[in-house]
Amino acid sequence: MRHLVLIAALTLTPVALAQAPSAFTPAVEATAHDLGKSLRCVVCQNQSIEESAAPLAADMRRLVRERLTAGETPEQVIAYMTDRYGNFVLLQPPLQLDTLLLWFGPLLLFAAAAWGWLAYLRPAARRDLAPAPLSDTEAAELANRLVSGGKA
Amino acid sequence: MSATQPVAAPRASLPAWSAIIPVAIFLVVAGFFAYGLTRDPKALPSTMIDRPMPDFTLTRLTPERDALANADLIGKVSLVNVFGSWCSSCVLEHPQLTAIAESGQVALYGVDWRDPPGKGADWLARYGDPYLKTGVDSDSRLAIDLGVTGAPETFLVDRTGRIRYKQVGPITPELWEDTLLPLIRKLESEPA
Repeated sequence: MRHLVLIAALTLTPVALAQAPSAFTPAVEATAHDLGKSLRCVVCQNQSIEESAAPLAADMRRLVRERLTAGETPEQVIAYMTDRYGNFVLLQPPLQLDTLLLWFGPLLLFAAAAWGWLAYLRPAARRDLAPAPLSDTEAAELANRLVSGGKA
Repeated sequence: MSATQPVAAPRASLPAWSAIIPVAIFLVVAGFFAYGLTRDPKALPSTMIDRPMPDFTLTRLTPERDALANADLIGKVSLVNVFGSWCSSCVLEHPQLTAIAESGQVALYGVDWRDPPGKGADWLARYGDPYLKTGVDSDSRLAIDLGVTGAPETFLVDRTGRIRYKQVGPITPELWEDTLLPLIRKLESEPA
């Protein structure tokens, strides 16, 4: 048990805590940290630059902080990055014409499934499943059999 | 005696053509997978083509050498190769760069990316220096400005200093013969 706690403590310690004290103001550091979490580390594909230990991510973190310190808004810093790395550098793809399917595809699939299910359940479909009413001959036959006690 | 229940045949009431819906969905999904799974996830769209080379002045490789800067790229077609002493593919690419330098077809410049002082010079002393000039980009300033994701990466710059082609990964003899050399000849015929 003690080993488990130790392993958990070691593996769950955020890498960020191991970094040297920042050379930037706490305000810049806070903005940069939020901003950096939305920027992809382009060499490690699925980590943000704030999480990644890659050297390029470290340089990008510093660049983000420098640009914020120089007075740029977070939007300007993001524009600087997408200008050079394309939308790939954003961990959350922007909502635009060629990402419509990405954003609304699941909703579309859900709507199609719901439509199919409702079409299957709708009363008109149910009516088709109900037996047709007996014809006159069938009714006479039924009455006849009921009277004779089920013997043909 | 058992009461016979009227058993309704559970027929679906959908029209006959609807049978192709699952097939159509499968084809669409298969199409997306066929496209998506055969692409290289590391190949990024290049946003830098046809843009001017960013302003830069790099650190000297050694104190006695000149620093590489924007001005060096103006007036001739040039290849700017991003490398590093830590980069193993750069060693593979190196013989081709040497051949390009010897051919004299294009001005070849080096950007020593993310190397501590001296490392790049040692590496070039060991493998040979094919570059007219080399600058050190130790903190990725130029690399990020160029949208570089890894080394080696090479930019073909026209005489006005605009980036016209970007190669991610080593330059192979085939790429040089079939793509870069014809493009260099074309750029040279363009008015400066």
